[in-house]
Amino acid sequence: MQKILFQIARTGIISERPPAADESLRQVSGRLNDEVLKLLGRALAIRHVDAGSCNGCELEIHALNNPYYNLEGLGIKFVASPRHADMLLVTGPVSRNMETALKRTYDATPEPKLVVAIGDCGCDGGIFGENYASRGRVANVIPVDVAVPGCPPEPAAIIQAILTAVSAARP
Amino acid sequence: MTPVLPAIQLLPLAGAVPAWRAEVDAPRWRAGCEAAAGAGGRLAALWASDERDRGQGFCVRALLVLYEGLVCLELHLADATQTYPDLSDLFACATRMQRAAHDLVGVIPQGNSDRRKWLRHGAWPEGVFPLHRDFALASSFAPGDDHYPFVRVEGEGVHEIPVGPVHAGTIEPGHFRFSIVGEKVLRLEERLGYKHKGIEKRFESMTLEDGARLAGRVSGDSTVAYAWAYAMALEGMAGVRPSARALHLRALLLERERVANHLGDLGYLGNDCALTFGFTQFWRMKEDVLRSNARAFGHRYLMDRVVPGGVACDVDSASAQAMIAEALRLKDELRTLRSIYYNHAGLQDRCITTGRLLPLTAARLGIVGLAARASGHAIDARVHPGFAPYDELQPRIASHRNGDVAARIVVRFEEAFESLRLQRLILEHLPQGALRTPVGEAAEGAFGIGWIEGWRGEVLVALEAGRGGRVRRCHPHDPSWQNWPALEHAVIGNIVPDFPLINKSFNLSYAGADL
Ligand code: SF4
Repeated sequence: MQKILFQIARTGIISERPPAADESLRQVSGRLNDEVLKLLGRALAIRHVDAGSCNGCELEIHALNNPYYNLEGLGIKFVASPRHADMLLVTGPVSRNMETALKRTYDATPEPKLVVAIGDCGCDGGIFGENYASRGRVANVIPVDVAVPGCPPEPAAIIQAILTAVSAARP
Repeated sequence: MTPVLPAIQLLPLAGAVPAWRAEVDAPRWRAGCEAAAGAGGRLAALWASDERDRGQGFCVRALLVLYEGLVCLELHLADATQTYPDLSDLFACATRMQRAAHDLVGVIPQGNSDRRKWLRHGAWPEGVFPLHRDFALASSFAPGDDHYPFVRVEGEGVHEIPVGPVHAGTIEPGHFRFSIVGEKVLRLEERLGYKHKGIEKRFESMTLEDGARLAGRVSGDSTVAYAWAYAMALEGMAGVRPSARALHLRALLLERERVANHLGDLGYLGNDCALTFGFTQFWRMKEDVLRSNARAFGHRYLMDRVVPGGVACDVDSASAQAMIAEALRLKDELRTLRSIYYNHAGLQDRCITTGRLLPLTAARLGIVGLAARASGHAIDARVHPGFAPYDELQPRIASHRNGDVAARIVVRFEEAFESLRLQRLILEHLPQGALRTPVGEAAEGAFGIGWIEGWRGEVLVALEAGRGGRVRRCHPHDPSWQNWPALEHAVIGNIVPDFPLINKSFNLSYAGADL
């Protein structure tokens, strides 16, 4: 226990505030908090769906919860069921074997059903494209609010995409 | 030293690992595999291709790992028959590979093995085979019926829990069918293939050069291992050897991939035992590694940094010093965290004897990589003879006998330490040489094999050149093919709530095995 406490103390708080050096980014993050507070009562709930990725995009989604990005600290958390989710974060080209599961997940999500497509694959099918086993981009299967390119997109870009989707949802 | 298989003449295959190939008929196919199994050999991969355009029917290949090196047996099936002798009685891991080969090419194992579909689901109809030469990549079918007969466990009080394909966490999709009594797992049956996105067919629309990028996206968490295996296969068939500098840089990238993944897994394994402190600490360290990857190589996960002929990055002395300092710092931090993990009562309680895979079961299943090493099998492609640059680096194999979650944690810690040591060794003695050696055009029909020990286990790429510098056939093979069935065994007798922990301790790739 002593060692754990010592290590925690030595690490300190490393969560990054919106980087001060980048004005636009800082505003973005500030707005994110306001938006989230206003719209979703300080709790944006996200359900991740891997619809056929190479698993590279998942690595960056995992990283969102590391202490540097500390997504939960911003009032955004990942939930276990689409029924609890405000937003779906979808990776991959949609494999045909996942098409039904993705549609069902979308149907099970309550309004406003925000959808963010992640990565080059989510945006346009990426290197896999459309073929006998792949439906290509996420928008070919369910409606998409925001798509963030990158292979994989870096965590900051994913956070920005989540924000953009939340802003777009403003009535 | 050429291995000896009865009545089979082995021809050496050019390339970075000692390898041979042989064309065999059906009796020799069986006899060769029996002899290999008897001599302690393993099945690394089995796949099929359509060679009817050359008048050679269908071809099934089995890649065996023997002590001397790799042996690829090629069996051409006469046009009328599409059957070949089943290998699943010799190598348990052959079953799913044979099922996939049937779904994609239509070849049928003759024997008692499981014949249910594996990759097909409802995306294309029965009797249609995507890897036939006359099948168009862009074909599209109306979603079909996806009935799948799971094995039922009967008995008083037995019931089933179906889980997935969409899971509760940020995990890849797959279906798990538990048969349980009370909380105890009697049987787990996996159903995978949800992520099948036509990778092998897609390769055939690409040039050999471009294929490297696709190889690096078969399983994103092992992008370096795949890109290197692909490059190794291509360089072997083109008769090119990258410079010593390029090979050392590849090893540096591979070890950085290993450390990043091990750190991430160690964090999640703590998290799954309610030690969120572990998650926070290890994921901080992992993020540090990713950020220094971005600084030094321009990509957090090092995608597209290994290219045919060499590497697409370099290390100057400032960045070498920074990475050496980082490795030393990580070593100290890992020591601290190791002593916390090893002395934590909660972790001991959850991990010791949980999800055990005994050495004998591991051997029978032919499992590979880190999970094999945690179950008493000291196999690691890096220590195979003649594997540059590891023959110079002399990596030490980490291994354990208990085969439980705790053993897989220990092996991860030990490998992370060793990997940091190797990184320092490479950075301190980086040889000179060209970053990239031009790879000329490979002759049509040229065949090459790449075999790399990624962080999860051995990644394999078998590549055949077509006309005009194009890919004729590429089979990328993930270690998860071998290890997924092992997970089914490891959970038997455990309680359902321990499944996520056991699953995480293997951390297998869905994308890599679904193709
Ligand atoms: S965008 Fe890149 S990292 Fe993401 S799934 Fe596609 S290939 Fe993988």
